[in-house]
Amino acid sequence: MTTTDQISGVFAALADPTRRAILARLARGEATVNELAAPFPISAQAVSKHLNVLEKAGLIVRTREAQWRRCRIEPAPLRDVASWVAQYRLLWEERYDTLGTYLDDLQKEQP
Amino acid sequence: MNTIAISTPSPTELVMSRTFDAPKALVWAAHTQAEHLRHWWGRGNPLDVTIDFRVGGTWRFVETADGQEHPFRGEFLEISAPDTFTWTFEYEPMAGHVAVDTYVFTEEAGRTTVTSTTRFDTQADRDGMMQSGMEQGANQSYAALDAYLIKIG
Repeated sequence: MTTTDQISGVFAALADPTRRAILARLARGEATVNELAAPFPISAQAVSKHLNVLEKAGLIVRTREAQWRRCRIEPAPLRDVASWVAQYRLLWEERYDTLGTYLDDLQKEQP
Repeated sequence: MNTIAISTPSPTELVMSRTFDAPKALVWAAHTQAEHLRHWWGRGNPLDVTIDFRVGGTWRFVETADGQEHPFRGEFLEISAPDTFTWTFEYEPMAGHVAVDTYVFTEEAGRTTVTSTTRFDTQADRDGMMQSGMEQGANQSYAALDAYLIKIG
């Protein structure tokens, strides 16, 4: 999978507020499906579907210890998305930092 | 460091806001006059500036980076000095994908905030402009992602 395709998958996964809430919860630590489903007015089955999407996007991994199936967040794809956003921001920050410096110089020239 | 605030109020819009420690007249001049633009718009790269700053006038900036020329061009649609102007923005190698940028300049206590709103024909154009190649799902996600990354960071 190319990075671009993966970023598309990550954004598609993040486009749902329930899935973002699940990630926010997992950012605080591992949890079981039942624990994840508790705050939501939807079934554990519906939460499982969301987990499938997150897993496919590479944002979570599911582990199996004894009979407990736990989920944990996988930060790498989020870092890819963050650096993608950062590239665009960087372009403008470089441009605007140059402007900031230039404006300083201009003001020093003016008595 | 002074950073740009970015938001995406709709799937085809991109809003960026940045504050400068300079009076509005100067920041306005820096955005609208060739003698100033060539000092910063190229981000330190050589920049060739052609600008006819009046409604209906055109502009063309050619930035040379890594031995390659990157030509940008457009037309001024609205000007209300020194508060706001609107131009079209097109990267020539991607001709036909025309964005419309509105710049608004506001001054407070000698500091000037520049807010640009870029409107694209389609979400695909916006995403293409952001050099991602991604297709869907970006709309409300950036703002949420920003907040989310801060939360987990």
